[in-house]
Amino acid sequence: MIKGIALKIVLAAALVSGLSACGNIEPWVKPYERQQLADPIMAVNPHPISSAYMDHVFEAREGARGALGGGGGGCGCN
Amino acid sequence: MSSGFNKARLLGSTLAAMALALPLMSSAGVLPDDRADALYHRYEGGGVTIQGPSVLVRKKMAEKYAVSANYYQDMITSASIDVEVSGASEYKEERDQYTLGFEYLRGKTTYNLSYTNSEENDYDAQTATFGLSQDLFGDLTTISMGFSRGSDKVRNSTDPSFERDIDRWSYRVGVSQILTKSLIASMNLEVITDEGFLNNPYRSYRYIDPNDNRRFILAQEVYPRTRTSNAVAINGRYFLPYRAAIYGGYRFFTDTWDIRADTFELGYIHPIKQQWTLEARVRYYQQDNAEFYEDLFGRVDQQNFMARDKELSTFNSIAFRIGASYEFAPVTGWGFVKKASVNLFYDRIEFSYDDFRDARVSKLAPTDPNYRPAGSEPLYEFGANVIQAFVSIWF
Repeated sequence: MIKGIALKIVLAAALVSGLSACGNIEPWVKPYERQQLADPIMAVNPHPISSAYMDHVFEAREGARGALGGGGGGCGCN
Repeated sequence: MSSGFNKARLLGSTLAAMALALPLMSSAGVLPDDRADALYHRYEGGGVTIQGPSVLVRKKMAEKYAVSANYYQDMITSASIDVEVSGASEYKEERDQYTLGFEYLRGKTTYNLSYTNSEENDYDAQTATFGLSQDLFGDLTTISMGFSRGSDKVRNSTDPSFERDIDRWSYRVGVSQILTKSLIASMNLEVITDEGFLNNPYRSYRYIDPNDNRRFILAQEVYPRTRTSNAVAINGRYFLPYRAAIYGGYRFFTDTWDIRADTFELGYIHPIKQQWTLEARVRYYQQDNAEFYEDLFGRVDQQNFMARDKELSTFNSIAFRIGASYEFAPVTGWGFVKKASVNLFYDRIEFSYDDFRDARVSKLAPTDPNYRPAGSEPLYEFGANVIQAFVSIWF
């Protein structure tokens, strides 16, 4: 199981390094068109200290865990 | 005597702290700004009060390196339903958690490394994390991947000779994609595997008293020694034309204990002028029980694995949030501070259990008007209030 997962990670890493070579794809949203996306209200995680706390509040009381999109995510709360 | 009924769940979540020290960057090619946050948190519900501070500081150097440090504390006072059913009295305890993180930006790739240590009188947890993220396709796409390794020590305050280990592995990949000038979406996958003593040494399952089928008897839970879970989440955030944002997400979860869960989230952010930001959010969660969960077993040692943790039962919860942030530029004399904000968030969570009954009721005297025999007690439900007050400064 673990080996299988590790293999998938390695394959994903290989894919990433392969995709890096494709940096010349024409971006359909130009850098100067990203004003709205750069607005602080569009920040994915505007308050890391708060979101980490709420993740902890829910994970301690629920069976589900992981895929929260942070640098870490997941929680060993059993 | 300390009895940490919710302990393993409340204490073992060191991996969650990684999200805090190493926030996902919407653009991997830039390190986040220097920032310090000081938070007070308070959770109150179901006979449990947990409060404490959290402090997070991030600092970058030469636009290539960044370090972050976090201290987090839980001060717990608990007389939860599990404590009451066991006949124990209210207990108090404390958990201290430290996280140190390091990031290195090279070209369009950011590498991160962090270490977390969590300590309590009967539970220690250590976690190390490595991850990277990379911008692609004219910076429209950011991909990320990471790996965490955790090691826990589980002890029992009523038995000094008791000590068990847990090993944890977490693997995750994610992609964040700019779709239009006003829409960004992301997808994340995570696989987590645990191995070791996974149940809480203080928790019990219950079975029908063979001498009186209106009563129950408690016995120590038995969990499998391994668990592997899979979670996939999609999220989106859309900029509304009048300068506001709407966001939503869905997460699907399964594990080898047969738990299946769905999480839905929808939120709205509304700025007022440059200084105020208001937020409202609703989150709905639903799960099906673990295959070895039962509210009331027919007899002792009925099967190999037995649990009655309400966290493994079939239940749903709905959470409503309102929050406000006030941002202001410093007056002269603040020196190195560029801007600051004060923030207040309130969440109300309602938990409603489908197969976890209020066993306190069948412990009453049969003459009590509230008495019900074991197995026919009312289903348990409770509400919780969660408050966060914090100050942020950028420097």
